[in-house]
Amino acid sequence: MTSTAPILADEPQDLEAPPPRRRPFVWSVIRGQPQATVGAVVLLAFVVVAVLAPVIAPYDPREKAGDVFEAPSSEHWLGLDDGGFDMLSLMIHGARVSLIVGFAAALVAMLVGGTVGLISGYFGGKTDITLMRLTDYFIVIPDIPLMLVVAAIWGRSLTNIILIIGLIYWTTTARVIRSQVLSVRERVYVQRTRALGAGHWRILSRHVLPQVAPLLVAITVLTVAVAIFAETAIAFLGLGDPTLISWGKLIENAFSRSAISVDAWWAIVPPGLAVVAVVLACTMIGRSLEDALNPRLRVGHLSVRRFRVREVEGKAL
Amino acid sequence: MILQVEDLHVWFDLERGGELHAVQGVTFELAPGERFGLVGESGCGKTTTILALMGLLPASASVSGRVVLDGENMLAQGERTVAPHRWRDVAMVFQGAMNAFNPVKRIGEQIAEPMELHGIAEGRAAHRRVAELLERVGIPAARADRFPHEFSGGMRQRAAIAMALACQPKVLLADEPTTALDVMVQAQILELLVALADDFGLALVLVTHDLPIVAQVCDRAAVMYAGEIVESGPVDALFHAPRHPYTRLLFAATPDLYGDAEVVSIPGAPPRLDRAIVGCPFRPRCDRAFGRCVDDRPALKPVAAEQAAACHLNDVPQEVPA
Repeated sequence: MTSTAPILADEPQDLEAPPPRRRPFVWSVIRGQPQATVGAVVLLAFVVVAVLAPVIAPYDPREKAGDVFEAPSSEHWLGLDDGGFDMLSLMIHGARVSLIVGFAAALVAMLVGGTVGLISGYFGGKTDITLMRLTDYFIVIPDIPLMLVVAAIWGRSLTNIILIIGLIYWTTTARVIRSQVLSVRERVYVQRTRALGAGHWRILSRHVLPQVAPLLVAITVLTVAVAIFAETAIAFLGLGDPTLISWGKLIENAFSRSAISVDAWWAIVPPGLAVVAVVLACTMIGRSLEDALNPRLRVGHLSVRRFRVREVEGKAL
Repeated sequence: MILQVEDLHVWFDLERGGELHAVQGVTFELAPGERFGLVGESGCGKTTTILALMGLLPASASVSGRVVLDGENMLAQGERTVAPHRWRDVAMVFQGAMNAFNPVKRIGEQIAEPMELHGIAEGRAAHRRVAELLERVGIPAARADRFPHEFSGGMRQRAAIAMALACQPKVLLADEPTTALDVMVQAQILELLVALADDFGLALVLVTHDLPIVAQVCDRAAVMYAGEIVESGPVDALFHAPRHPYTRLLFAATPDLYGDAEVVSIPGAPPRLDRAIVGCPFRPRCDRAFGRCVDDRPALKPVAAEQAAACHLNDVPQEVPA
């Protein structure tokens, strides 16, 4: 394919040869945009740490390893917390809960928001009005108080926290997907498919969903960031699952056991930084995906006019 | 000469590596008021050529050659030197231009936009000018505050032409301006283009694969094949005394209104352009190819007054095609 030797005009055209496989969208963005690459590397590192937590954690996070609020040393890189537990091990195990809640809640938001957005945008009319008013209702309710109330009523388990966060943050997804579907359903090929006799389900699943799927991925990645942040907030307010270690819980413990007044910064700063790092990583990936999907950047030859000018040596061809 | 295109080349980077040589040394020039046709089958580089004149190629393209407008080479520094002239001096009616309007903005606003961008007229002055332009292309001025969907296809095409005229350009590029229009509207649009070229001394480049349109509208024309001009000259000469087999076959492939002559098709397809071609690019499809065509690529050479062709047959006196 890449041979550059001159050919005769009737050289076989290689029409049988399969076209080169295109990289999936998400992968090409991560490879192509430096900030997305950084975000992906950071996120992947945290995921690996979370998966391998029992293997790489130097101590059992539930066993006392030394004195209360012992400063960082060569044995305990991040010191000890208010109960004399190893902070690094707590952090490593805490990554599990934070990431599970983040991804699972984002998945809930994706399913609920995606479905509402698709149905609302595609069917329009009364369906649209009803679903959008419902969405408005969820947007208007203040997040944190609602989470507190629901967590108090449903009980403080991991599943409940995932559901609560998911059911609060699906609104953005629903709105964005709906507006994209509104545009897609008017495209000529959708009309054509309808004219060919396809039903709603087929049009939605074969033509509309694939068209909005990359956008759905982009918003979901951004939701992961929001969800991890929300989990931290819930845990910090003492409404997390009391039996689980999460970054928010670590901050709460340190805070309520007056780590600040004994200058034990190592009990508060590392979990905070970990939350910041993961949230930032997700935002960087999500924003890059969004940018790549922005229709304004995709006007192709009309907006990006950076064609190159060559010296005339190419004449020899 | 208002516009001179000299040895224009356009390459596109291919995603799988390598590049595609889409336009290979196109050269032509235009006098003010002249109507010039660019014909050829799909994929021969017609549209790429005029997009290069507008500097509207994507980032994957690279360009060489000169596009001289009033003595200044627009391509000298790429986008930087093209931008001041785009729409100001060289305007374009796009392929399917009737769909080039923003559906949620009024036609008048959209026609006024280039005037504002180039600082020609604003506010009330722009309104007045939009009204003039619409009247000139045959749309009542009062329609300026309508939306695109309230126009018929022909009217939208007229409005697109009005938009192209907004900055009083010297050169108008029209890419298939009449495809998707019915014959009556098509005739009206073509008449309009001819009248505009006459009235404003506008040099018109008409890109089309429809030969009767070229015959009707243009003074001169160039036939493109595989990225290069294979024959150029006055329209009459191309029709009646073609000096390249492709030109001859192309005209033979056009149905005759009275159905006397049989319509001939040209078998095969144009060659791929991602590799340099040896010999004549048209040889595999040519009915008069001979030995020399295999490894010797013919250059565009003058063959008669104002007529040039790229074919070895013209060097062999006894074999000149009738």
